[in-house]
Amino acid sequence: MMFGLRGVRRVYGVFFFALFVFFLLVTDFSHLQGYEVGLFLQWDPLTALSAFFTSHTLYAGLVFSLVVLIPTLFMGRFFCSWICPLGNLNQFLGHLFNRDRPSDEYEKNRYRPLYRIKYYLLIILIIFAGFGVLQIGLLDPIALVYRSWIVSILPALEHGVFHGGVLVGFLFAALLLANRFLPRFWCRTLCPLGALLGFFSQWSLWRIRRDVDKCVGCGKCLYGCQGAADPDGRVRHTECFVCLNCIESCGEGALHYGLARPRSSVGAPLDAGRRRVAESIAVGLLAVPMLKGSVSARSVAAAEVIRPPGSLPEVDFLARCIKCGLCMRVCPTRVLQPALLEAGLEGLWTPLLMNRIGYCEHHCVLCGQVCPTAAIRPISIQEKVGVKPFPDPVRLGTAFFDRGRCLPWAMDVPCIVCEEVCPTTPKAIWYETVEVMGREKRKVALKRPFVQPDLCIGCGICENKCPVSGLAAIRVSSVGETRSRENRMLL
Amino acid sequence: MATRRKAERNDVIEPPLTRRVFLGRVLGVSGLAAGLAGGGYLVYSDRPMRQSLVELKKFKDFRVAADPLRPVMAVARGARTEAMAREAVEKLGGMARFVGRGDRVLLKPNVGWDRQPEQGANTGPELVGAVVKMCREAGAKEVWVTDVSLNDPRRCFARSGIGQAVEEAGGKVRLAGREDFVETDMGGEVLKAWPVARFFHEADKVINLPIVKHHSLCACTLAMKNWYGVIGGQRNRLHQSIHRSIVDLAAAVRPTLTVMDATRILKRNGPTGGNLEDVAVGETVIASLDEVALDSFCLGFLDLTPDRVPFLAMAEARGLGRVAWRELNVVESRVG
Repeated sequence: MMFGLRGVRRVYGVFFFALFVFFLLVTDFSHLQGYEVGLFLQWDPLTALSAFFTSHTLYAGLVFSLVVLIPTLFMGRFFCSWICPLGNLNQFLGHLFNRDRPSDEYEKNRYRPLYRIKYYLLIILIIFAGFGVLQIGLLDPIALVYRSWIVSILPALEHGVFHGGVLVGFLFAALLLANRFLPRFWCRTLCPLGALLGFFSQWSLWRIRRDVDKCVGCGKCLYGCQGAADPDGRVRHTECFVCLNCIESCGEGALHYGLARPRSSVGAPLDAGRRRVAESIAVGLLAVPMLKGSVSARSVAAAEVIRPPGSLPEVDFLARCIKCGLCMRVCPTRVLQPALLEAGLEGLWTPLLMNRIGYCEHHCVLCGQVCPTAAIRPISIQEKVGVKPFPDPVRLGTAFFDRGRCLPWAMDVPCIVCEEVCPTTPKAIWYETVEVMGREKRKVALKRPFVQPDLCIGCGICENKCPVSGLAAIRVSSVGETRSRENRMLL
Repeated sequence: MATRRKAERNDVIEPPLTRRVFLGRVLGVSGLAAGLAGGGYLVYSDRPMRQSLVELKKFKDFRVAADPLRPVMAVARGARTEAMAREAVEKLGGMARFVGRGDRVLLKPNVGWDRQPEQGANTGPELVGAVVKMCREAGAKEVWVTDVSLNDPRRCFARSGIGQAVEEAGGKVRLAGREDFVETDMGGEVLKAWPVARFFHEADKVINLPIVKHHSLCACTLAMKNWYGVIGGQRNRLHQSIHRSIVDLAAAVRPTLTVMDATRILKRNGPTGGNLEDVAVGETVIASLDEVALDSFCLGFLDLTPDRVPFLAMAEARGLGRVAWRELNVVESRVG
């Protein structure tokens, strides 16, 4: 077989997929070398657009999204089959799964009205964003593929543990398996980024065009059509992934990618349906107040919603976090875990500190460095620990003793591990030496620990290292966190 | 099948791509691209959130000019609240000294609790109604009455009788909802920026209408302590430094006038009360321009002395008034 257009595209696809995997692998404490690991997320126009709606800024690296969006205006949805790691994965698996007779293959690649759904999802998610609810991360393909690899696939290979990782993994497997029934099911039916790029490709100058005189109507072009874009009819360039397979499949040379030639057929407009679009807008508008009216850490501070150091206040945090999981990937102690319902429905898969799994390393600020949207601000170590000119350290919460479970307090057993590991100077955990007469009437010298709340930074190492397994005898609550003006107890 | 489809819809061709059409398309798409790029440039920021310009409000000074010829504090004793209120204010120069024509006056009674007037946990509705009336007579355009209650404010204003008394006297109850709080610089030692009900920034004059109550933590709830009700947010944190907080509040809000309801004295189980046996009859209304002197004077109703109430000396040290009220020009009278 000739190394044609398809070969060139495959090289690109493999390159970008490899780049994606490379970024994932180096987004790890042991491999960090200052790579731009968030690049895929930054050039995702959907992330940029929806984060713009929620925060009214185009933050730093998100400006790279224009590098994808502007060429799409001219050239169509090339991103979907040349760059997108999820798109390429779907394409590869669809190719692998489908071993049908060619006639069935053609039918699977015909356009179906089902494929409009992605536009409705996009409308709903964009309306959410317009009202400050950023849920794009649930379905954005880049965030989704990152999250799935970070909290389920890579941990499975590396023996890591992630909170609810199997759920994320199951959903990812389901969307990959869907290729079994319709090739690139996700990309054609659900992908909101695809919908956005489809919308912006409707005025494209270069597109797949068919010469009506040369075309014999054999339908071979459908054989490899990734986007189900009807290359044999009125080409749906809003669905076309510019994979160029149809050009190679055509034995008559009837198809070309470029400007219109004298006998080129006309294309089909974006197929969404005015009534359905209006319905989607209505759904979005109704769902926003319901989402906001559902209790979350946005409305009521929750003790267990402890956010990474440098996180914005909860409302702004939720307006920026795309649930991609990069912070969880880079966290050296794995204390950052994807939330299930701890932070409310809105907070699904956003990062939380779970101190029984890890703790926040005192001199580590990596999570803020990799966050593509600055839901976790990139802070310096000086800012985190409160070295001049920063007046105070960044506090994540406050530790509280459970004296009923604490060995020196409840059982007259010496311990004081919490005090030993407390990283602040002076230590937030201090102790009083007492002599008690135990049951045996022998004197025991005990050190009984206390927390000094204004020194505690909520790093959670005390909770992590507490020898009382399960429910630790010292636990961090979010109260006192720097990022919140409301979630406080001290005057 | 493919042939059938072709026959149906395959053969519509594009119009010839003339130079004009081509240029038009190129310009259109380029314009879109330029728009996106320009828009991206405009909203680009190295900050994650657009900095919202939250300006910190500051309290106005609501006081009127001092008049050395008039008393600083006037104590009126009697049985009828309205008569006592009129007498006390008259002694200070009459309401016309404090409220001008067209003023918007904000009254701040203590309406902290879902309690009946007789239980002495809230300012009496008789006094609030009387002061609303006096303000209206002095030409006030609007008389607003507000408090940030601890129980549900609608229940508090209904059960205390204050809601009805205010409406009947021609005033208006304004309850602060979630959106009605504005960040305000309290400028205190412990109180910095706090959310304050916006009505305080919209009023021309503010009249404090406290009541005499026992309080378990700071011994008493009087005029200065009544300013707890201007702030929202997590004000339960103020108890950690209650005396300094009270002084900070009193330093931040300087009212036009204070009229103390000492007709009912909650002597025990404050500040909520609830048992009529804890309520003593005071038969007194005091109008004052010095909150420290007023609070000091009212200690007598609660069998307290200034040394048991640290915030008084602290307030004096901050220049808010005099603890030794006997050294000031105070007049006492009896009506009806």
